[in-house]
Amino acid sequence: MRSASYLLAAPLWLVLGGFLLVPMAAILVVSFFDYDSVRLIPDVVLTNYADVLLSQVTWQTYLNTLKYTAMVWVLTVAVGVPVALFLAFCVQSAALQSVLFLVCTVPFLTSNVIRMISWVPFLGREGLFNGALMGVGLIDRPLDVLLFSDFAVVLAFVHLYALFMVVPVFNTMVRIDRRLIEAAVDAGAGPWAVLREVILPLSKPGIAIGSVFIITLVMGDFTTVRLMGGGQRASVGLMISNQIALLQYPAACANAVVLLLLVLLMITALLRVVDIRREL
Amino acid sequence: MVQGVELVAVSKRYGGATAVDDITLHIPRGVYCCLLGPSGCGKTTTLRMIAGHEAVSDGDVLVDGRNVTNTPPAGRGTAMMFQSYALFPHLSCLDNVAFGLKMRGIGRAERHERARRGLEMVQMQAYADRMPAQLSGGQQQRVALARALLTEPRVLLLDEPLSALDPFLRGRMRAELKRLQRDLGLTFVHVTHSQEEAMALADLVVVMDGGRIQQAAAPREVFDRPAVAFVARFIGGHNVLGGPGGQVAVRADRCRLSTVPDAACPGVRGTVSLVEYQGASVRVALTTEHGEDAVAILPDAVFFADPVGVGQPAWIGWSAADAHALSA
Repeated sequence: MRSASYLLAAPLWLVLGGFLLVPMAAILVVSFFDYDSVRLIPDVVLTNYADVLLSQVTWQTYLNTLKYTAMVWVLTVAVGVPVALFLAFCVQSAALQSVLFLVCTVPFLTSNVIRMISWVPFLGREGLFNGALMGVGLIDRPLDVLLFSDFAVVLAFVHLYALFMVVPVFNTMVRIDRRLIEAAVDAGAGPWAVLREVILPLSKPGIAIGSVFIITLVMGDFTTVRLMGGGQRASVGLMISNQIALLQYPAACANAVVLLLLVLLMITALLRVVDIRREL
Repeated sequence: MVQGVELVAVSKRYGGATAVDDITLHIPRGVYCCLLGPSGCGKTTTLRMIAGHEAVSDGDVLVDGRNVTNTPPAGRGTAMMFQSYALFPHLSCLDNVAFGLKMRGIGRAERHERARRGLEMVQMQAYADRMPAQLSGGQQQRVALARALLTEPRVLLLDEPLSALDPFLRGRMRAELKRLQRDLGLTFVHVTHSQEEAMALADLVVVMDGGRIQQAAAPREVFDRPAVAFVARFIGGHNVLGGPGGQVAVRADRCRLSTVPDAACPGVRGTVSLVEYQGASVRVALTTEHGEDAVAILPDAVFFADPVGVGQPAWIGWSAADAHALSA
């Protein structure tokens, strides 16, 4: 019996071990290596961590990444919660609910990169949006902040990841017992009070799970920042990717370890505030 | 002005299906009313229409003379206790009870003070800081009761309040509901499918079937003189038998059992199909010559003075005065 359950768990362990634990161990080991411009030198040095933690540039990059994460989190909550609320409470028929839910996932039929690039002709100096604004005479010079800016980066993030907030929040909301809402209405709660006192508190686990997705996705991203920031904006992911391009693997690894610890810390803090076990 | 709850020609339709069909009912103020019927008879829908959680398709709902047909639930002077209690899982008992006061904008200190008194009323003051998940079913129910009462309703609506409890607790809560109703002098409308519960609690029993009221009367009236065959069968303890002048109902405990028919009394012959010892009484069922079932409930002393066994021929009779004609 006992050996059978170990046997059943073995494939998962093999996958997690082979594809998660071993690579992470490798990253950890390499982060202590020394390097020069052409080769890795196996060693145990702390210079990589010193470079990460003592440089003004990395601090700024980390802060910038945290700023993106905070902005994207606020915006995805602002977009995701109303969408989930609409799907869960305003759409009465279960069939229509599934259809609309599928509609939400349609953008995922194309790749991230394509969805991002599609913003370029829209937001660029000669793009549709600037053209339209000039056409109706609202502005006489094209707006530069639209593309290759923080605005563009955050916009693309929200576009790409809002669904990661919608899905778990929707999932929690559909499981809220409708009688709780009736009980609140019976006790004199209006629509806003029902939202504030019943639905939002009970949706917290879903929002927390969505937040875990958003935090890990945005903290680790480099393509969105590179494409939408036009090379002008920095993020930790982008910094790591650049270090890899320069073959500075130990530096990249040290950076990755620091980033991993930071993200784990954020998620731990989040899960201490909200209990999500009921949702898993 | 008519006091209490009035339903005037109320109907509820879902698409083509009619859940409640043109019912008119007056529940006087201060009365304990039970809506009794099998599942799907429209009793819960009726309750929810009184509460305002279900829109009325046709007709009017009045509470103490005021037409509340289009009034939101909180403005009707009703409070509902839900079947599964519907306590807010993220709030402590105290905050659950204080919820209605919070919605009315009453400050934290005052509403907690009043909620504490509400919990005392149902002997739950020791559990004020517990979360609902940490309470047993009976305790959750008391909290739900306190929450409903703290909105100071004129009418308390209870949707199958006892069905989730074990039999022992059910008996205790039943007594407690009755005591609270008497002490507070409120109108209670209680939905149940248990005739025993309705008999024990109600001043007014409303038996429903197929979205219509089959009979609305005091429990003794319903039990002594069921209006139609459905009521006689549903409340139990009756024989419903076809006769020359239409169907009649006879209370099973008014029947006599004998091996020799008494020519002076109406009765039916048959074969004993069941003998059930119930302590103080014995239930004997016959299958008659016409294939109908007839039941006699006899005091144990009477039965054991002259017992019969399954398979024996026997006769169940009654005095003509005990037979009660049913309207079709």
